[in-house]
Amino acid sequence: MAATRQDTERDLTDRVRDLLRRHDPGTTEPRDFRGALFDSGLARVNYPPGLGGLGLPQGFQELVDTLLGAAGAPALLKQHNGIGLGMAAPTILAFGTEDQKRELLRPIFTNDHVYCQLFSEPEAGSDLASVATRAQRDGNDWSITGQKVWTSGAHHADMAILLARSDPGLPKHAGLTYFLVDMRSAGVEVRPLRQLTGEAEFNEVFLTDVRVPDSHRLGEIGQGWKVATTTLNNERVAIGSGAPREGGMIGKVAATWRENPQWRHPAMHDRLMRLWVDAEAIRITGERLRQQLEVGQPGPEGSGMKVLFARAAQAISGFDLELRGADGLRYDDWTMRRPDKVDYTGRGPGYRYLRAKGNSIEGGTSEILRNVIAERVLGLEAERRVDKDTAWKDLPR
Amino acid sequence: MNLAPAADLLYDETEEELRHSLRRLLADRCPPDRVLSVYDSSPTVSALWKAVAADLGLAGILVPESLGGAGLGAREAAVVMEELGRAAAPVPYLSSAVLATVALLTAGERDTVRRLALGDVTAALAVPLSTPPGEWPSTVTADDSGLTGRVTTVAGTELASVLVVAASGPDGQQLHTVNLPADGVTITPTPALDMTRPLADITLSGASSTRVDSGNAAEAVRRALWCAAALLPSEQYGVASWCLEATLSYVKERRQFGRAVGSFQAVKHRMADLWLEVGQTGALARYAADCLARDDADAEIAACVAQSFCGDAAVHAAEECVQLHGGIAMTWEYPAHLYLKRAKSDQLALGAGHQYRSRLSELVDLPSC
Repeated sequence: MAATRQDTERDLTDRVRDLLRRHDPGTTEPRDFRGALFDSGLARVNYPPGLGGLGLPQGFQELVDTLLGAAGAPALLKQHNGIGLGMAAPTILAFGTEDQKRELLRPIFTNDHVYCQLFSEPEAGSDLASVATRAQRDGNDWSITGQKVWTSGAHHADMAILLARSDPGLPKHAGLTYFLVDMRSAGVEVRPLRQLTGEAEFNEVFLTDVRVPDSHRLGEIGQGWKVATTTLNNERVAIGSGAPREGGMIGKVAATWRENPQWRHPAMHDRLMRLWVDAEAIRITGERLRQQLEVGQPGPEGSGMKVLFARAAQAISGFDLELRGADGLRYDDWTMRRPDKVDYTGRGPGYRYLRAKGNSIEGGTSEILRNVIAERVLGLEAERRVDKDTAWKDLPR
Repeated sequence: MNLAPAADLLYDETEEELRHSLRRLLADRCPPDRVLSVYDSSPTVSALWKAVAADLGLAGILVPESLGGAGLGAREAAVVMEELGRAAAPVPYLSSAVLATVALLTAGERDTVRRLALGDVTAALAVPLSTPPGEWPSTVTADDSGLTGRVTTVAGTELASVLVVAASGPDGQQLHTVNLPADGVTITPTPALDMTRPLADITLSGASSTRVDSGNAAEAVRRALWCAAALLPSEQYGVASWCLEATLSYVKERRQFGRAVGSFQAVKHRMADLWLEVGQTGALARYAADCLARDDADAEIAACVAQSFCGDAAVHAAEECVQLHGGIAMTWEYPAHLYLKRAKSDQLALGAGHQYRSRLSELVDLPSC
């Protein structure tokens, strides 16, 4: 095992060196570099050869990323295309036809296809399987009509992953189909949705007879729930590992504490240290999860990391305001903006406090995730669902 | 300030084998009803301790092979602590194989260490169990007439034939061994909150002893306490794991209102939170043990973080265990209370969480004022 591992690491190091020799990151267009990265199998080493990877365990990616980072190579723009890289790509890989994989994966990695997620609706939040957006077959196309909400980045997305109801006569989970939608299609209207922070990071998306070719249906007709579940599992695993100490929200507060002795107080000090320990506990737990994944024992902690992260971010950002006394009463800016990327720690402490409230709601509420842990990890009885076997069209609403 | 790339937070094959053999022994020789008996009768644990210390050879884990030990390290000792915690085992591993052994090893003592490694003798470091690392805990003086003083709430004396005593002498800090029984040594057992780790008060009045340090007594005691502080979180993880697993089985079996109580969302969410907390406890305990094993620059920070988190987490796990079991957990027969008492006592052992957070704040440059 140890020898094999070293061999693989040596081989990867050679491949990275070769890539850098053929495509000097200093002079190559970032888009072209990312294309070459994909073609050399180093974009996601765990993906199959020819589709951005080398068929290796996921743990080896870290080495590649470290070597590329040290050489100043352009990163994969996780913040700009997090949904494409973290959710759309693994789902296409799992459910796409060979044609779809060849057509749709590479543009995600070159950043030509920035994705957004058209899942949630006003009446389908935690109960995602109750979505009402209709997909009706029309020749080789589908016609999509409905309303989606909480769509971050819809205003600059090229593509969307979409969950829609293809058969209202079936029970809710059975009548769903999953599509990849061109956001520039006629009938797509994006409206900013302003949030409690003052900005509009999210959007409402109205879909009116949007035409989607059947070749952009992902998975079978009626298989949408299974496909969407794969997407969501990837979303939750993506959170958390490899962060440096004091890398997140706690780093902001620690810096504030160091720079402002006038705000220090013994009562606040023990709270600060408890929060610091909590942040470190999450970091080490994430690191252990990464090590488990690396040797192929996927730890069930993955679905729990988000619950921990959300609770810590909220506690730390609330403490940050209290620490500042009178200055905690200020807010940096209420101007309505549409930010290009989300940065939880990027603005003032008031923004951080307010934005963190979303951490336990977006991408699965902490309550739903606790159900997931209780049922799928601990084996406790599932919640009773009275609507599970009724045709969707007959459900009370 | 990054995680050392060398940190290994998993368990290797040898460690899993060690866990397996100890767990089998404890399941056989140390079931809960046997543990319970330590509350009512004088301890009958010497055969169990001999099996753990000598037959399995675990007393010598931290002792180099050149001194007759196993030449393993803190990672393996941590696995032992996990299993002993999981069984609430009433054996003096922490007090003899960690505290006393590391103190003597660091001081450069050899004869007692060799016998400790073989499990031939058992020793106790004569400091209050609540002593945090970094404190010179001695209330004993050494002079021509011998050792004199009083040390309270000392763990692990019941099977000890050697006391390791920190004493203040005319030339400063000293470390002594006292062979028991000895004139001028009175050991008075005291009822403890956790009788699986019994306590005693020790009075020394001119006891004869052997000085074993070479001017490094303070370092010997400091090192012993830091090792114990880095390993206790693994025991706390073991305690918390038992509590989580016992509670999970119980809420699946116990039926009220025509359904398993574990099907109620109020209970499910508490179980999910507990599972998360116990998982973090395991990760931090492992990091502390791994850093100690490699003598990593982050070792003291890792121990402080684990001490701050794991003590409270084990208590929380035991308290949730009692609450979610309901009435049965209040009975003498059901073992939940053994773990509650062990967890609460462990939380106070080697110093409280706030003392570690205070030290941590110095280490990571977050001063209190």
